[in-house]
Amino acid sequence: MSQQTNDSHRPWLDGDAEPFIKIRNVTKKFGEFTAVDNIDLDIYKGELFSLLGGSGCGKTTLLRMLAGFEPPSSGTIYIDGVDMTDVPPYARPINMMFQSYALFPHMTVEQNVAYGLKRDKISKDEITRRVDEILSMVELSDFIKRKPHQLSGGQRQRVALARALVKRPKVLLLDEPLGALDKRLREQTQFELINIQDDLGVTFVVVTHDQEEAMTLSTRMAMMDAGKFQQIGTPAEVYEYPESRLVANFIGSANMFEGRVSQSGPDHVIVASKALGVEFNTEHTNSIIEGTKVWIAVRPEKITLSKMPLDAITNQLKGVVVDIGYNGKTSTYRIRISNDQIIEVSVPSQKRPKGDRQLIDWDEEIYLNWDQSNAVVLMK
Amino acid sequence: MNPVNHANHSAGPLVNRLLLRLVELLQSRWKVIVVGIPFFWLLLFFLAPFIIVIKVSLAESIIASPPFSPLYERAEDGALSIRVIFENYSYLWEDDLYINSYINSVKIASVSTVCCLLIGYPMAYCIARSNPTTKNILLMLVILPFWTSFLLRVYAWMGLLADQGTINSLLIWLGVIDEPIRMLYSELAVYIGIVYSYLPFMILPLYANMEKLDVTLDEAAADLGAKPTIAFLTVTLPLTLPGIIAGSLLVFIPATGEFVIPDLLGGGNVLMIGRILSDEFNANSDWPLASAVAIVLLIVLVLPMVLYQRIQARERGNL
Repeated sequence: MSQQTNDSHRPWLDGDAEPFIKIRNVTKKFGEFTAVDNIDLDIYKGELFSLLGGSGCGKTTLLRMLAGFEPPSSGTIYIDGVDMTDVPPYARPINMMFQSYALFPHMTVEQNVAYGLKRDKISKDEITRRVDEILSMVELSDFIKRKPHQLSGGQRQRVALARALVKRPKVLLLDEPLGALDKRLREQTQFELINIQDDLGVTFVVVTHDQEEAMTLSTRMAMMDAGKFQQIGTPAEVYEYPESRLVANFIGSANMFEGRVSQSGPDHVIVASKALGVEFNTEHTNSIIEGTKVWIAVRPEKITLSKMPLDAITNQLKGVVVDIGYNGKTSTYRIRISNDQIIEVSVPSQKRPKGDRQLIDWDEEIYLNWDQSNAVVLMK
Repeated sequence: MNPVNHANHSAGPLVNRLLLRLVELLQSRWKVIVVGIPFFWLLLFFLAPFIIVIKVSLAESIIASPPFSPLYERAEDGALSIRVIFENYSYLWEDDLYINSYINSVKIASVSTVCCLLIGYPMAYCIARSNPTTKNILLMLVILPFWTSFLLRVYAWMGLLADQGTINSLLIWLGVIDEPIRMLYSELAVYIGIVYSYLPFMILPLYANMEKLDVTLDEAAADLGAKPTIAFLTVTLPLTLPGIIAGSLLVFIPATGEFVIPDLLGGGNVLMIGRILSDEFNANSDWPLASAVAIVLLIVLVLPMVLYQRIQARERGNL
């Protein structure tokens, strides 16, 4: 029983579930440039799916193809089982929140929000009712007669959201929804978005370059690069089990050690690093041919520091503290190891330092350790 | 030690103080100076002649040099007598010629403005939405005719539209017509001339307005369910209204008083107030009547401007 409820929250694990958005072999070329390169993607009903990547990775082009602003060069997009190829943007069951918000400057907040409803030949009373309802949800009821230029950035963002949601679309596309907001407002709005999405059950597709935003918001996320997906998964999957150095570096930060596989067991891999003259023992279930060049990735917060070497631990390195960054809830140590590589270690500030004496000081010799379950073997 | 301070100390104290005073003056009064120079220019070369024209319009036509009666005279006993007559203005009302000319001028200018708008709006839209390289070339092409004299271009149209002109010769050669169509010296020729000459004045303000328009607004309208025509009527058109009004005024105002085009392309067949004014002034040497014609023309033209500003002020009040 509990297994079933679990699965309803993770439709992508259920082989029988029909995806709400199906993207099949979609390619988009602008002249010689391939923005989106033959991709497949399934997004399920009620998901909050993030497309993540650097600028020019193709995430915005993919979003614009979903909205219907750009036709795919080849391939098909299905939404709710319907082939969208010949459906113009105005006839799609999709609404979009634009990065620039694209509010109509000559219309009041009320008129902006009512614009989409008026196109649907809905009765005046119904329009008024729905506009009032959505504006009170985004807490803008006092601003209905204002024009966009009389609103703050956060208010404009909420008008844009209300305008996109008031038509009750099957899918809501959000292009960098929080990009223009300051940090406090961004964090607050992130949770508002999640609540709204929960309440309305609309499928959200969010484009963002901000990995923190994507991790906070998403049920699943797809990391894009050069028009292709690098990895698709839940935020925890992508963060804890990155499949490539690119993903490991883009989502959070990671320390990388290059080496060659010296032994591959059923549940672990031993990687020898020539430059450091040590061997790393890492949990890994798939066997890798000996001699293969791989990278060991360790997240900064997964490394512990000690002033004395620990016994019987394989994953141990010695280094010198070159920099300490105090961030409040954590401290970031930058440590130089024998091959001059700088290793980043993040330590939670659980104890308060006594007096002006740091627990670990500059230029101090220090030992880095991590458990073999906390590192990842990357093949590319 | 600051080198500027040092130089100040070594320079002559009087020159120094004068320079300092000048800089102070420029710093404190620069706004007055910047606004003052064009203001003075307008005062000298617009307002003063305008007052002179008003004065002449209130005089009587006489055969003399200058050909109008003086505003005031000193009688033999030294008393000052001022003579103001309104006959010139009342004459304009009495003779149909003038009223018809005004009406015809406004009609021709209005129709031309609408034609310019219908042709210029899509052109400006295409220019504003084309890629930057094409955009510059297209804008250049719009401005290119200004490199040739306006008069020459109107003469060129005479050559094109004449009975034995290029267009008729071509049509006869192609066998489309047997006899030349009469185009020159007609209202049609005047319309062609005005629309051709004033089209850039419509396109440029429209372009400036459309260039600032965010393309994503069209996409937002489409996204919210508006078909292209509805999106145009509800979003693009209202947002380009300032450009439409600016362009229309820039075409309508000079077109109403246009003299060269009706004179050269319309011949004697097209009544426009610019030609009447010129005839009164040159051929009839009736300076007072010509002045009255000019003043009434100015009122006809200022009226729509004042209305426009009223509307704008009201809209701003609504914001």
